[in-house]
Amino acid sequence: MARLYTKDHEWIDVAGKVATVGITDYAQAQLGDVVFVDLPDPGRAVTKGGDAAVVESVKVASDVFSPVTGTIAEANQALADTPALVNEAPEGDGWFFKVEIADEADLGDLMDADAYAAYTASL
Amino acid sequence: MTSSAAPLPTVTTSETPLLTTPLAAAHRALGAKMVPFAGYLMPVQYEGILAEHLHTRAGAGLFDVSHMGQAILAGPDHATTAAALEALVPADILGLKPGAQRYTQLLDAHGGILDDLMVHRPHAGEETGDGQDGTLMLVVNAATKAADMAHIENHLPAGVTLVPVKDRALLALQGPKAVDVLARLGADVAAWPFMTAGPATVAGIAVHASRSGYTGEDGFELSVADDRVADLWAALVADPDVKPIGLGARDSLRLEAGLCLYGHDIDTTTTPVEAGLTWSIQKRRRQEGGFPGFHVIAEQIANGAPRRRVGIRPEGRAPAREGAEILSEDGLPIGTVTSGGFGPTVNGPVAMGYVAAAHAAPGTRIGLLVRGKVLPAEVVPLPFVPARFYRGT
Repeated sequence: MARLYTKDHEWIDVAGKVATVGITDYAQAQLGDVVFVDLPDPGRAVTKGGDAAVVESVKVASDVFSPVTGTIAEANQALADTPALVNEAPEGDGWFFKVEIADEADLGDLMDADAYAAYTASL
Repeated sequence: MTSSAAPLPTVTTSETPLLTTPLAAAHRALGAKMVPFAGYLMPVQYEGILAEHLHTRAGAGLFDVSHMGQAILAGPDHATTAAALEALVPADILGLKPGAQRYTQLLDAHGGILDDLMVHRPHAGEETGDGQDGTLMLVVNAATKAADMAHIENHLPAGVTLVPVKDRALLALQGPKAVDVLARLGADVAAWPFMTAGPATVAGIAVHASRSGYTGEDGFELSVADDRVADLWAALVADPDVKPIGLGARDSLRLEAGLCLYGHDIDTTTTPVEAGLTWSIQKRRRQEGGFPGFHVIAEQIANGAPRRRVGIRPEGRAPAREGAEILSEDGLPIGTVTSGGFGPTVNGPVAMGYVAAAHAAPGTRIGLLVRGKVLPAEVVPLPFVPARFYRGT
């Protein structure tokens, strides 16, 4: 399934029941140098649009929301030691967490790559 | 993703058109991200705050600080002009030697801080060319300059006048290589000690230079005519040791250096004693007084302030930001973080805040309330990064 995007600048890759979530390249460029990421513990319940993680750059703390309701399956421990991965590879090795999706209907209102590109161009 | 804290404080509203410095086009050409700050559109970063911060500590960083307020206080002689300013600030201005500069604060009747500022006494006749010695040069904060000017003007005796300098820009060149850069551009300033100032020529351009800054590093501030600042900026930024630095790194540099940001670490609710600025009140003023809030400040110097500004090192990697509540080891509220973030040279989170005096000793274990969790932290001495000022030989 192709990558989907939220208006809050998260991306989500769905493979079966588990989705990988991160922040977009646009988001990391807005944040600047990332120095700390507060990740959710596996097993934690998250809701669509609710707080799931926090990303801190030198200047600013930002909330990261879960694009879907579900249960955290895994957090990217590489970000604990190397938060700069969020800047270097935001849509690759800099992923934040994996979530087991409770209801795939949550994906219905997310944007595809073209729609997200048009959205960021409008900001 | 959404920001829960603003990247930089601003006092701008949508109804206020933003001012620009004469260097706005130069900043854009260098790829700056521009943000509103204190009513001005200013560069917050060029290549990135981390890289700019680290470059300033290793080489030389060039800052446009033209938004700051410059003014000249002029009277018939030094004693008269100094006495006029001493009625408003707690520093010894009368004892300021020609060529010297001093840090002080405008105080209210309760000893609260209306602004902090630099005061410089030029050599006789340096500004006027007629040998007259009654001039002081002031540099105040951007956000407060209009209020400062009105406050000072309202309290001047006859014969002393305040003239805002509206046709001059201000650059800061900071870092261990700043002095070499200026020497390469022909300025004869290498022997000047920290906190001295005077006329100089940089790249053929007349400036008023001061060996001071806001980073904890050796460096200079250069006041220059608006119509020459673009040439001066271009000459400086062309030097291979120089990179342009935005307000983002200016903030992380001053935080590591333990320096106060007005409106955050100091304001009308804090006194210089609480803020740890008692060193800036010289002996004669502590004894004689004659400045606003003297009764409060003398009492705090004698008996200790009820709360103190302290350095704070959070454990781990999570920064604590301005506004975070400070708790004692047993969980009671004892104060608030006034500046906090990530220190690139420290390579970890750093903060400053006010705590009740009983908790102000370095080594005291404290907690910081961040997003509902208590972050363990410790009170530490300031600065976080040792100052490297040039004190002379």
